[in-house]
Amino acid sequence: MEAAARPRLSRLVVLGFGWLGLIFLLAPLAVVFPVSLTPERYLSMPTNGISFQHYAKLVTDLRWSQSILTSLAIATLTTVLATLLGTLCAIGLWRLNSRLTRYLRVMILAPLIVPPIVHALAFYRTWIDLNWLDTLMGVVVAHTVICIPLVLITVSTSLSGFDRRLEQAARSLGASPVTVLRRIVVPNIAPGILSGAAFSFVTSWDEVVAVLFLTSRKVVTLPIVIWNSLTERVDPAVAAVSAVMILATLVAVAIRLTLRKV
Amino acid sequence: MTGSLDHRTRLALVMIAPAVLMIVLLYLLPLLRILGLSFTEEPGALANYSQLFTSDVLGRVIWTTLRICVITTAITLVVSYVMAAALTLAAPRMRAIMFVLVLLPLWLSVLIRAFAWVSVLRGNGVLNNALVSLGLIGAPLSLVRNETGVIIGMVHYMLPFGILPLYAGMRTIDPRVLNAARSLGANGLTVFRRVFFPLTVPGLFSSFILTFVFSLGFYVTPAILGGGRVMMVAEYISVQVHETLEWGTATMLASVLLLTVFAVIFAVGRFADWDSLVGKGDE
Repeated sequence: MEAAARPRLSRLVVLGFGWLGLIFLLAPLAVVFPVSLTPERYLSMPTNGISFQHYAKLVTDLRWSQSILTSLAIATLTTVLATLLGTLCAIGLWRLNSRLTRYLRVMILAPLIVPPIVHALAFYRTWIDLNWLDTLMGVVVAHTVICIPLVLITVSTSLSGFDRRLEQAARSLGASPVTVLRRIVVPNIAPGILSGAAFSFVTSWDEVVAVLFLTSRKVVTLPIVIWNSLTERVDPAVAAVSAVMILATLVAVAIRLTLRKV
Repeated sequence: MTGSLDHRTRLALVMIAPAVLMIVLLYLLPLLRILGLSFTEEPGALANYSQLFTSDVLGRVIWTTLRICVITTAITLVVSYVMAAALTLAAPRMRAIMFVLVLLPLWLSVLIRAFAWVSVLRGNGVLNNALVSLGLIGAPLSLVRNETGVIIGMVHYMLPFGILPLYAGMRTIDPRVLNAARSLGANGLTVFRRVFFPLTVPGLFSSFILTFVFSLGFYVTPAILGGGRVMMVAEYISVQVHETLEWGTATMLASVLLLTVFAVIFAVGRFADWDSLVGKGDE
């Protein structure tokens, strides 16, 4: 009896600590909601009523609204490019399936391991010579390189669960390689492609280290505005933009979960 | 037959080429250039690298970086281990909820997470105000713009990366093995020490690699929560390039950082569970 009771107690203790950990992980994020409603011009908890002025600022203040549009444009272009190149590459590597592909794969995954500060420096030095500094294209190219490995991983995971015989069957029935790709392979690995695209979008949208090196005045992304606000004088608009982004993430996760259940 | 095979191979190569060329030309070559610059940039390789041993400022920066990395990694691994175990022990429904909650912060901007901690930890932030009004402390604690704040923020950022490989490892442990040990007379502590823990070691090494390697080169969170008072290697590199324009020092430090990262992965990587790092990330 006692032996049976003891593991149950230790299980409760472990579960309790697990929830404490989750509170540590999530509670600080909840704080941005009240702070975003403060009527003051500085960072504070709302004590004398609430105000939505900091949310309005995101739309009316050009510094915020322009940077949001710039970040959206960069993240969209990056997602399209990285998803296209990464997916093609993953399928190509899967088809080749030789020893060479192992080395290629490690090489392409490099941007995940190299510290961001090191590749930001590398981009900066090379982008000076290519005349890409402070251009939209310069940022998109850097972000695409960083995001390709994310797509490669998610698509490769999907491909590892895909039955090669389906492809062979389609080919033996006379489908051309492009048709096989379009009608058989891509629809079957769509979940992997979509999560790769989602990772790319979020990564590019949030990326700040490379952008700090590659841009100055012409291209200003949202993370740069947040960064400047945090390192100089904290503007409560940061709380408003944080609240919006946390809510958007919650909605995206909820949609994803319900879609998966259907 | 060989003709069609060649065609297939050629098609595969054409599919691989754009991504590979892009990575080689616009990523690996620029990185190699940084390594090269650390030797050729004025005042020369010897002067650049000897700073590692002669410069007091640099010595302090490196020491701060290592200290924060070790403390962050240690705390992250302990907390991750308990949280991964809790995920494994939870009933299926509750486990699904906990899993989503662990993954949630991963999708959130690192800047927003740092900002959230600034709001909580500031002198008149949420935590200090609560503690003062409860009468638990007389004066606000200094929790941010110092190493304490940096470590709290870093542990918070690293936790999901610590939890995922450990959880992947624990999930594959067959509960019958634990039951067998118990039925042979081992008590709870012995089962943990002799059976459960050894089986989780590969996952522990994976968590260690992720946390330690990310911590070494971390820039955003230390810069914001350190408030300029806690200088780690990444921020120092940025200062060298943007303010003092010392390319020799910057490229030398970037090279040392890169080599350290590869050395850690090479030394610890063979014990790690790579599948849990690369695959199965998207449950």
